[in-house]
Amino acid sequence: MIEYTTTDDNPAHEDALGPDWELICGLEVHVELSTRTKLFCGCRNEFGNEPNTNVCPTCLGLPGSLPVVNETAVEYAMRLGLALGCTVQRGVFARKNYFYPDMPKDFQVSQYDKPTNQDGQLTLPDGVVIGIERAHIEEDTGKSTHIGDTGRIHGATSSLVDYNRAGVPLLEIVARPDVRTAEQAKWYVAELRSIVEALGVSDAKMEEGSMRVDANVSVRPVGSTELRTRCEIKNINSINSLGKAIIHEAKRHIDLYATGEAPVQETRHWDEAANRTRPGRRKEDADDYRYFPEPDLVPLVPTDAVIEQIRAGLPALPSARRASLATAAGVTPNEVALIVERDLDALASDAIAAGAAPDRVLIHAEQSMADGSGALTAEAFAALVRMETDGELSSTQTKDVLAELIASGGSPADIAAAKGYEAMDSSELEGLLDGLIADHPDEWSRFCGDDTGDAKKMAGFFTGQIMKATKGQADGKVVNQLLQARKG
Amino acid sequence: MSSANDEATELAITDPETAIAIASAVRAGDRSAREVIDTYLDRIAAHDGTIHAFNEVLVDRARARADAVDDTVAAGEDPGPLAGVPVALKDNLCTRGIATTCSSRILEGWLPPYDATVVERIEGAGGVVVGKTNMDEFAMGSSTENSAFGPSRNPHDTSKVPGGSSGGSSAAVAAGFAPLALGSDTGGSIRQPAALCGVVGVKPTYGGVSRFGLVAFSSSLDQIGPFSHTVADAAAMLEVIGGHDERDSTSIPQPVPSVTAALDQGCEGLRVGIIKELSGSGAGDHGVEGIAADVQARVTEAAERLEACGAVVGEASVPAAVYGLSAYYLIAPSEASSNLSRYDGVRYGLRVDGPSTAAMNTASRTAGFGDEVKRRIMLGTYALSSGYYDAYYGKAQRVRTLIIQDFAKAYEQFDVLLSPTSPCTAFELDAKTADPLMMYLNDVCTIPSNLSGDPAMSVPFGTGADGLPIGVQVLAPMLGEVDMFRTAAVLEHEAPAGGAAA
Repeated sequence: MIEYTTTDDNPAHEDALGPDWELICGLEVHVELSTRTKLFCGCRNEFGNEPNTNVCPTCLGLPGSLPVVNETAVEYAMRLGLALGCTVQRGVFARKNYFYPDMPKDFQVSQYDKPTNQDGQLTLPDGVVIGIERAHIEEDTGKSTHIGDTGRIHGATSSLVDYNRAGVPLLEIVARPDVRTAEQAKWYVAELRSIVEALGVSDAKMEEGSMRVDANVSVRPVGSTELRTRCEIKNINSINSLGKAIIHEAKRHIDLYATGEAPVQETRHWDEAANRTRPGRRKEDADDYRYFPEPDLVPLVPTDAVIEQIRAGLPALPSARRASLATAAGVTPNEVALIVERDLDALASDAIAAGAAPDRVLIHAEQSMADGSGALTAEAFAALVRMETDGELSSTQTKDVLAELIASGGSPADIAAAKGYEAMDSSELEGLLDGLIADHPDEWSRFCGDDTGDAKKMAGFFTGQIMKATKGQADGKVVNQLLQARKG
Repeated sequence: MSSANDEATELAITDPETAIAIASAVRAGDRSAREVIDTYLDRIAAHDGTIHAFNEVLVDRARARADAVDDTVAAGEDPGPLAGVPVALKDNLCTRGIATTCSSRILEGWLPPYDATVVERIEGAGGVVVGKTNMDEFAMGSSTENSAFGPSRNPHDTSKVPGGSSGGSSAAVAAGFAPLALGSDTGGSIRQPAALCGVVGVKPTYGGVSRFGLVAFSSSLDQIGPFSHTVADAAAMLEVIGGHDERDSTSIPQPVPSVTAALDQGCEGLRVGIIKELSGSGAGDHGVEGIAADVQARVTEAAERLEACGAVVGEASVPAAVYGLSAYYLIAPSEASSNLSRYDGVRYGLRVDGPSTAAMNTASRTAGFGDEVKRRIMLGTYALSSGYYDAYYGKAQRVRTLIIQDFAKAYEQFDVLLSPTSPCTAFELDAKTADPLMMYLNDVCTIPSNLSGDPAMSVPFGTGADGLPIGVQVLAPMLGEVDMFRTAAVLEHEAPAGGAAA
């Protein structure tokens, strides 16, 4: 069976479990490859069609039918494997035998002891490395709908099966149990999703089931190196649920140990509505899958030339993009993760290269571009940030101009002019301040007094008055400088 | 069921037409395909009640196809090398809209929505499918007695079995119901019934003929091949059905070798080895037991005739061949246990309802499968089980590798090898049904070629002490069909009276 080892070099601790217990979590992610056709036949690989319309003798497993491997699916699998730093090797398909109505042949063609991709890793934005044990190719099953009160096969009065999904290519990415916090688990899945998206090998939509996450959860006393009984949590439908499910399950284990009991190795289902996991299949009645090499298929033997060609064609991956922007901006990769996730890193890097202040570029990208950068160009972005840092625009004005640039493009200077955002020179502001001091002597003396709290309040008062008088066109930073200087 | 046979009847055709002669006459416009098919349908109507070669005779369809062939000829076009030739198909080859039962109740009511590649190729070559032939259920057996629809009978003596599992196909050719038939050979299921029925039977190189549309028994061993009266007819059929098919991933990406051209090359200088371990001379410590003396005598005689015709004959050794049977009865049932899982009552075929899905699965399979199929599913399930895999399936695969290596070594010295096809001539119905092991021993000489993937064929060569046909097996290395057919053609020509038809 598959070895289950952890590298134990992840220093993070899950605080939700208290100081005494450590979370051990290994994630198994199924990704549906977005090939045009299925893994072993020419049927369309599409979600949401009329049930049982994308089927043929092969994906229905009719007697006499035979599988033929979809080369694109294998290429996609190798692409993802290489992106995860895996060794791409001779892959052998095997049959996983068990009876289930949504599996047309009553066996699933998968890879067992010789997966196409072996031993890789995924680096989280915080720098922690999660080991990847394997990423293997397999066929998806059909989809059952159980009619009856339970919604499950047990207790159903009848069941309907849609085989459109049967034979859709999947890549199962099995991570080592290196995750130590729920947050890391969420990061892992988010990171994997962005890699998959960057490679263009899957839609990776958890809600449509094109990305499915199972979490193997166990706990152990802090300081221990043992691996205790784990439970596999299925039916997790979002990244947020993943975090909640892991914490819930780990706490359940801790509670059991606290009362002298122990968890049983089993599959459990996440119940989103009840915010808890529920028992599924117990180990006692777990199937013996009787794996053996699939005799209807020949081994996949990628040549070095093919592997290198695929490697050379890989796009820049999120971790490299984060590192690149972080270097340009002089911050840590973690601080630019959101920007890379939003695909704004090229824009940000270009704006910084054009002379814009990195901290302002990052702040605007985070605060104003949740829905993307629209019509904004790097040149316009850089020019805008320069106007802001030169004091020509206040931060509020900058945001207004930025919104317009995103919505319809153009030049920041023109937009600022059209909005009447003209830079106020400081002599004008000084005159205004003189007048205010004359009109509000009490407030001014409080501002100059020893009560720092009160002084701060009065600084706000004077700034507010100036903003009011200038209709917000004054730069708050400059006003503050003037106030401090006058206090002197 | 056939009519009761109180006494043995001889219904074998004594003056068979060859497929080549029929096709030649039909292509030339000298005979109509319709007249040909009607002649064969008449013979079927007269005698298949006794022989039970067919599960279904496709009377109307065959006539319509024959008429279409005649129309093609009338239009001045060539229907192809099998023009108007009646062909019988083993009932595990998928035929669109026509029941394909594998002689099992579990496939009751199932009509394949597609044709097997071999069926497409035969019809594309002008062949006329005359019917679907009886077999041991899912090709598991050596006598056709495991058919859910009752046994077939040997046309040479209807009190005897025709062999199996393709016994319906071999009986159909021997009885003159069709000059050509297709069978499938997983452990000898073409060659053994060919030997018992006195016809030619060929198991081509694994991957030489597409398995697309062949209902799987053991995917790594199954291979489709022809039955015929003559070596030349088998060659013609192989050239039609062979060659690459992209729908079968194990299909060899090469055109079919031109075997017909090799038939008149003789055997001058050909190096022929008699497999020591599969002959009476090697019995005991180093060889298999139970080869009948009259059978072995014919193999020796065949070697002598080849030598007389210029071949260089010697003794070959394939030591691991003696473990073939044991390895086979782990590998084949293992694959079968998986291949036959799909017959679960959910999508097609027999369904026996139950209170739950699992109960329905069990009830359907219990009612739908016969004893031998159940036995092999259990054997295979056990052999693949966690904790037993290495000792059984794993070890059998290692034996398989040894057999491949031993054959390769033997073929460094020899071009072809000889052995008996079957250890004995046709036996009485029910003689071996009570003892599965006895039945399994029928395939002791044929199984090694399935494990190695090499081609092998059975050629009729005289009769035994009981007057029933004996077949000599010619084995060749991977893709060595040309030398195999050359040798077979010489043996056919040199066969003693009562052997090959021709």
